[in-house]
Formats: sequence, C-alpha cells, structure tokens
Amino acid sequence: MTDDSAGREQATKVLLKDPVMAAFLAWLIPGLGHLYQGRIAKGILFFICIMGTYVYGAYLGGSSQLGYARAVYFSFRNDEWRLPYLCQIGVGLPSMPALVQAMRMNDNKKVLFGGFMAPPRRVDTVETDPNFDQPTLDKLQLTLNRFFELATVYTMIAGLLNVLAIYDALSGPVIMPPTKKEKQPKQSDQKSAKS
Amino acid sequence: MNPTLFATLMERLWNADIWYSLPLIVAVSLVYAATRNEEMDRIIIHAVRFGLWIITFMALFFVLLWWLSG
Repeated sequence: MTDDSAGREQATKVLLKDPVMAAFLAWLIPGLGHLYQGRIAKGILFFICIMGTYVYGAYLGGSSQLGYARAVYFSFRNDEWRLPYLCQIGVGLPSMPALVQAMRMNDNKKVLFGGFMAPPRRVDTVETDPNFDQPTLDKLQLTLNRFFELATVYTMIAGLLNVLAIYDALSGPVIMPPTKKEKQPKQSDQKSAKS
Repeated sequence: MNPTLFATLMERLWNADIWYSLPLIVAVSLVYAATRNEEMDRIIIHAVRFGLWIITFMALFFVLLWWLSG
C-alpha cells in the first residue's frame, strides 16, 4: 500500500458525524466540533492553541483602567470601520460580546462590564452620553501603545486559524502527497523482492 | 567585543518585540499541522518542520532587509 492510499484510508476512517453541525460547533468554540466528532486530541489541541492565542491577545489589548479586550470590538460607523473584526469573528462565541456592546453603544445605553470589548467612543460624544467615560480610539492607542496592534494581530490570527479548524471539522484532514523519500523504496526492500 | 556593548545588546534582544512572534509561530504550526494529519505524532513532526520553516523564512527576510537598509 502506498503512502498516498494509506493517507486516503486514514481520511476515510475519520468519522465526521454531522459535518455541518461539527463545523458550526467548531466556529462557536474552537475544538468543540472535533470533540463532538470524537476527535478528542485534536479538539483539545485546537482549543488550547486557538483560544490561547485569542485570550492572550485579549489580555494584551486592555487594562484594568481602560477595560479588557479593547482590541476586539465591532464598529461600522461611517468614519470608523473596524475591519479586523471580520477576522476576529472567526472565533465565534468569544467575539459575540463585541456585537452586544456595539448595539448598546449605538442605542445610547451604557456598555457592560467596564467596557469589555466595547468600541471606543467618538471624539464628539457629548458629556451627557452614558458612555462619555469610555476612552476614544486615540486614548486607547496612546495608553496601550504597540500592545493595541499586537492584541489586534493575535486575535485576528486566532480567528483565521479557527477557519482552518472549522474546515477540518467539516471535511476531515487534508491528505498530504507522499514526499520523494517516501516514494523511493528502500534498497533492502528491493533486494528482498529480487531474492 | 566591549562588555558594556554586549550587555546592552543582550538587554535589547531580551526586551525585543520579536519574542511576541514565538507563541504565534507555535500556534500556527500546530494548527496547520493538525489540519493536515490526524495522528498526534505526525502532527507534532509536521508542526516542528513547519515552525522551523517559518523561522528560517523570517530570518532570511531579516537579513535581506538589513542588507537593503545599508
């Protein structure tokens, strides 16, 4: 049996159960889809790697004064498009608070949990606004310095990595073609075949 | 090399932001390898090779940019 066919056999042995449900669960929480499929080791691996990256990024992008996870927020106001959120949403459930906070701010309601994942307030916010105590984007970048960008990068990469994990839950592992070394039979195998 | 200069270089290296790339390299390598294999030992081997490839690529580009910067 060649390594390519061995790989295909391995792939067919992976039971995907309901792939769409597994993919949805994998989007919701990294690794959950794989746990649902019984692929425990990979599920734990994805959870630790992706959530670890995401949580560390959330930690870097905040403080007790400004609120945590400030680098993860949703904003599509006319003059302030937060495009990194399109990658951060790759990690589904942990990124949802950003949507809630954005809706609250949009409805002139005070954001929750000290500004956790809340969008920065606009510069022209009036003093009577319930979110006037929230920092502006300038204040965030001035206070957090390079850690704001680092946090954005970490959480974006976590989201993008989860897209790979979702695809793995949906379709199983991608079969690798055999390397040149694996293709060439060993000399001892050739000699035993001749004898 | 001047000991003071060496100590300064070591301190700058220790505090360099490049170290923040290490957790990312580890996470990316492991996740990528896990999407290409199913068995844990094959995942680890693939991840190590991929991580070393990333580091080599970054080092080559560092040398190239350093050379271009004169």
